[in-house]
Amino acid sequence: MVREATNTLQKSVLWDWLTTVDHKKLAVLYLISGTLFFLKAGLMAVFMRIQLMFPMNDFLSGQTFNEFITMHGTIMLFLAATPLLFAFMNYIVPLQIGARDVAFPFVNALGFWLFFFGGILVSLSWFFGGAPDAGWTSYVPLASRDYGGLGIDFYVLGLQVSGIGTLVSGINFIVTIINMRAPGMTMMRMPLFCWTTLVTSILIVFAFTPLAAGLALLMLDRMFDGMFFIPGEGGNVVIWQHIFWIFGHPEVYILVLPAFGMISEIIPTFSKKRLFGYTAMVFATLIIGFLGFMVWMHHMFTVGIGPIANSVFAIATMIIGIPTGIKIFNWLFTMWGGKLTFNTAMLCASSFVPTFVLGGVTGVMLAMAPVDHLYHDTYFVVAHFHYIILGGIVLGLIGATFYWYPKMFGHKLNETLGKIMFWMFYVGFHLTFFVQHILGLIGMPRRVYTYLEGQGMDTMNMISTIGAFVMSAAIILLVINVVYSAMKSPREGGDPWDGRTLEWATPTPVPEYNFAQTPQVRSLDPLFYEKIHGDGTMKPAEPIGDIHMPNGSIYPFTISLGLFFAGFGFIMLNMENAIISPWIVIAVGGIITFGSMALHSVKEDHGYHISKETVEQMEKEVGTNG
Amino acid sequence: MAETTDLSKGLPSHPEKATLEGKNKFLGFWVFLAGETTMFATFFGTYLGLRNGTGSGPEAADIFSLPLVFIMTMILLTSSLTSVFAMFAMKKNQFKKMKIWMWVTVALGTAFLGFEIYEFVEYVHYGLGFTTSAFASSFYALVGLHGAHVLFGLCWISLLLIRYNKSGITLTNAPKFYVASLYWHFIDVVWIFIFTVVYLMGIGG
Repeated sequence: MVREATNTLQKSVLWDWLTTVDHKKLAVLYLISGTLFFLKAGLMAVFMRIQLMFPMNDFLSGQTFNEFITMHGTIMLFLAATPLLFAFMNYIVPLQIGARDVAFPFVNALGFWLFFFGGILVSLSWFFGGAPDAGWTSYVPLASRDYGGLGIDFYVLGLQVSGIGTLVSGINFIVTIINMRAPGMTMMRMPLFCWTTLVTSILIVFAFTPLAAGLALLMLDRMFDGMFFIPGEGGNVVIWQHIFWIFGHPEVYILVLPAFGMISEIIPTFSKKRLFGYTAMVFATLIIGFLGFMVWMHHMFTVGIGPIANSVFAIATMIIGIPTGIKIFNWLFTMWGGKLTFNTAMLCASSFVPTFVLGGVTGVMLAMAPVDHLYHDTYFVVAHFHYIILGGIVLGLIGATFYWYPKMFGHKLNETLGKIMFWMFYVGFHLTFFVQHILGLIGMPRRVYTYLEGQGMDTMNMISTIGAFVMSAAIILLVINVVYSAMKSPREGGDPWDGRTLEWATPTPVPEYNFAQTPQVRSLDPLFYEKIHGDGTMKPAEPIGDIHMPNGSIYPFTISLGLFFAGFGFIMLNMENAIISPWIVIAVGGIITFGSMALHSVKEDHGYHISKETVEQMEKEVGTNG
Repeated sequence: MAETTDLSKGLPSHPEKATLEGKNKFLGFWVFLAGETTMFATFFGTYLGLRNGTGSGPEAADIFSLPLVFIMTMILLTSSLTSVFAMFAMKKNQFKKMKIWMWVTVALGTAFLGFEIYEFVEYVHYGLGFTTSAFASSFYALVGLHGAHVLFGLCWISLLLIRYNKSGITLTNAPKFYVASLYWHFIDVVWIFIFTVVYLMGIGG
């Protein structure tokens, strides 16, 4: 293990992780907490599939089933997929652009802790009379004060807190990518993963703020008797649907674009070719990002907005197929004629392509407004978005885990276990969700906890549940692989895959300052360029010298803790016989949050320097290790 | 970073963007304002959707009083101007002048907030509470959110002024003052939209 600079060594392990502002450590925190939330929500999915195994099953009650569908969706999107993607964005993007850290290390830590406490707040609902049960979309009036229980309050406040975290992280990534690139790393030389991170972050800024506004309105309605969504007093329930989907549709792209970026990193590396059509890929990403905001109403075709609006949004939705198609063909052409290596990462990346096309085809089918009246709220929709999310985002995430694992943890994951895991996951996934298309077409509604026998649904539901078991076994195998590899896998050097991009130019484990000397970038795929045209190492752009580092801080933790208390206080307003006055809890939370912010603002913290001698010594140790 | 920059010839002409930290803050704050704009846009959209949903409560034209809103608008616009003067003074390294203009900004902002509280109290007397109708809820949410932003801006600028009362302009605090004044302009621009969309349209259309 590389010796860390003295400032870090002086801290206890716990204090170090609570106060860290290092993007690599925060990435590990994101990875662990995201995985835990993923396992939790996955378990709920298995329970729901067990309930649906037989007609008229009574494994779960209808109420519990509703709570599970809500929490499964909410956790998977906000608290599992988002942090897992953020883990890789945090770890890899600064390395890929040749930076020592992100633009705002403090804000980076704040983003993590806000997400974490927001997630805890949502999860606490189980202990206070039941989880939210109005679906992850939380439509009013089902979620209004008259019909929705206390669980909805946890949903509203928890997502509000974690949403702020996502927002500030997005701002941080934008500034990092625009301002912190190494010399020679022009925008059009950035790896595609950085591009997709940039576009995703822009989408976060414009999508999570409407969500924050919408959640605030729902909170005002539920806790302070607002009339936004009460039709009798002039309110309007459709406004919630608009606000939610103005956020909700871009959210899909927020999640899938980084996965596109991961695929675009893995495929060139294991095809030994540069990415086909790099420029077209960049522009396709930008166009998808833009159009992502133009299509929200396709979730509301059956609301009755009118034929003209429906047509416009139907056409806009279909247009997204064009830039996505460009991407699909570019991945295929990257592989075409390449020297292909099919390890686990590449298996995930290449199987992503046909699976995602299937999800895209059903997407265009759903985009046709008149036919959508038949599909709406059936299992066809469930099958469609799971093809996008599991077949797209999760395959991308598993691929990225296998690809970047040696950089993050110093050893590869076992390939044999990995390949078994992949095939189990792949087969289990299609088994689970392919039949759901047909279930939807023959009329099985989504979000309903049971069905009658003799409607031709029994066999397919059984197949779907068996597929879910196979998929869960694959995930368990992945966890086993992580433990097994930690004990058995040999240590790897900095560049185990013969990589092309800058992150593989750093030693493993990555020193806390990333690059002892900022590298000079001469081309797209800078490391590969040096391997062909130079001596295989990056040329420095600056002499070796003292390195300026930010100090750790506990304030990100306390700011988030304060908001957690304040959020819980607001929820207490709707609790019968709360132990202490909710306003005391809100006030304490507010004081902790704003007090920490004020202290952070007042205290001038210029960070510290790692001296030139320490840097040279650390580089020497890395040289002997790697 | 502030210590390592050569200050022997005085501050650079743009002290707020002279360091990488300053540049990051500058860009990051603009991006943050983009997000704020979207959030306010959502509240504006909600207000526009619900402004005729007055239920049994009073309507906009019944209660809005343009003279009061005119005074408030003038105060807030002037406070934006004084913060510009402060930024001019900062770029010329005239610390004392900058402090004075910033305090004037704070004073005008406080006056605005006072008028807003008076306005809300008056409306409640006319029977327009937060829970009266969807129109009332969306009005108080939008204008109240703006008021909360004003309050936050006042606390922030005051804190900066007290903290750096004697330090002079440095490369560390120049970006802080600069983004605080950007924030203040943003509040001002939002108010112009509130003036148009809420008050003028409420009375005229």
